[in-house]
Amino acid sequence: MNRASSQRIGWASVTPALLWTLVFFVVPFIAMAVMSLHPKAGEGLSLAAYTQFFTSPSYWLALVNSLEVTAIVTVISVLLAYPFAWILAFIVPERWQRLALMLAVLPFWTSYVVRSYSWLLVLAEKGVVNSALVNLGLLSEPVQLANTRAGTVIGFVHFFVMLLTLTIFANLKQLSPNYRKAAVDLGASGLQSFIHVILPLTLPGIMVGAFLTFVLAIGDYITPQILGGNNELLMPQLIMMQIGRRGDFASASALSLILMAVVTVAYLACARWLKIERA
Amino acid sequence: MTRVLATIYALLLYGFIFLPVAVLVLFSFQGTLFPIPPFNGPSLRWYAAVLGDARLTAGLGNSVLVALTTSGLATLLGFLSAWGFARFHLPASAFLRGLITLPLTVSYLIIGMGLLIFFNWIGLPKSLLAAGIGHVVINLPLCFAIIYSQLGEHQANIERAARDLGAGEAKVLLLVTAPMMWPALFAAFFLSMTFSWDEFVISFLLTRFETTLPVEIWNLLRAGLNPKTNAVGAMVFGVSIILAIVFELGAFRKRPQ
Repeated sequence: MNRASSQRIGWASVTPALLWTLVFFVVPFIAMAVMSLHPKAGEGLSLAAYTQFFTSPSYWLALVNSLEVTAIVTVISVLLAYPFAWILAFIVPERWQRLALMLAVLPFWTSYVVRSYSWLLVLAEKGVVNSALVNLGLLSEPVQLANTRAGTVIGFVHFFVMLLTLTIFANLKQLSPNYRKAAVDLGASGLQSFIHVILPLTLPGIMVGAFLTFVLAIGDYITPQILGGNNELLMPQLIMMQIGRRGDFASASALSLILMAVVTVAYLACARWLKIERA
Repeated sequence: MTRVLATIYALLLYGFIFLPVAVLVLFSFQGTLFPIPPFNGPSLRWYAAVLGDARLTAGLGNSVLVALTTSGLATLLGFLSAWGFARFHLPASAFLRGLITLPLTVSYLIIGMGLLIFFNWIGLPKSLLAAGIGHVVINLPLCFAIIYSQLGEHQANIERAARDLGAGEAKVLLLVTAPMMWPALFAAFFLSMTFSWDEFVISFLLTRFETTLPVEIWNLLRAGLNPKTNAVGAMVFGVSIILAIVFELGAFRKRPQ
């Protein structure tokens, strides 16, 4: 087979996927960018949709809220998941590990909308948590958990603890046990070998998981909408509100692009840990 | 001592992870009107209500249809492109591969918004077709990445042998590469299935009258806490668990050496 015909077959096989991505991802993206610059139909270019974001405090606040909630969620999730993954990887006997891990991520398989709704059941004023605490006499009256930032955080943490347990577990299992043995042989205590040997070695895996948490959480509409309510808006809620209630596509586009820019900055900040390579 | 603490910690985490699912399933069997304590049951009345709800059953059918067709298409496109990039030296290969995987880094909300504006512009009405196109956009990079990572030199040699024995490219692809790549194709297809099955925001933005199950469940939520939502949620959970088990058995089963 000569080189030219081999090239032709190569192009023929990659073209459908490239075209699909071009037409249904790149072009819509450009359409969105153009839309964000045309706030009023028939008029010329204008940055009004962007200046609106940077000048009106309620829009700003959505981004600040999003960043705060995402940061809180990422930190809590990593702190909860790391010891859990550790226990699964090093304390649970080898033959039970697979089952233990599968159980730890089982609720992953509930649909996303349903999972948030389930937390609403748990956190509602007359829900399971409040009923139990009131009946046990620990609370005199129910606390409000649903429709608050705490609700959003709990819902997110639930999801990302599972995700991070998976990634950190995989990371811990990849470590050769020799590192720990060597550290102990050289006189390190358990804690020392953890801080100076294991933690630095698993840091890249933690960063990948944390980045994934950040990206997925900051772009999610469902959890804050169901569990956080409308008292405090996050960016995705604000974007959906522009489309739904106001039909303001220019503003929704501008906000989406701003959100993407934020994610890109986060990506660049973590880029050195996020090298995905072909096996 | 460490062991005791570890056990307590693990049990607490398992409790946290399972709490919402347990509450969801328990109160799907609620006998009264509200899925909150005390529990009065078990009763199957809400399951009957779900099966008798034409919107929910239609949503279920639509979800299955969209998941099957979009996962099939995404796997096909992903396989062809992964094979093309792995086997032929194409110019700007790294850039083009990056382009195909780019949608992985963008949130579904933004992909859905872009498509909404684009479809408005070209005049494609909101429909299952529109949402399906979006599902292929989000699943294609995933399928591509999974299959591309599994196309090694080992299979290339077997393909060369088939070519030397006179097989044309189409035959090599269909009768040699695809069967060899079966585990990766299967993994790509099933992962796409679960993502499409669960996808909400793109379907929410891009469908109107006929829609998928997650959107119908979303519509139910407007009525507040309702055991019917529990019942349909528990059923979706059941289906997903079955998919997960099939995936586990199919993709990770140790192949005989």
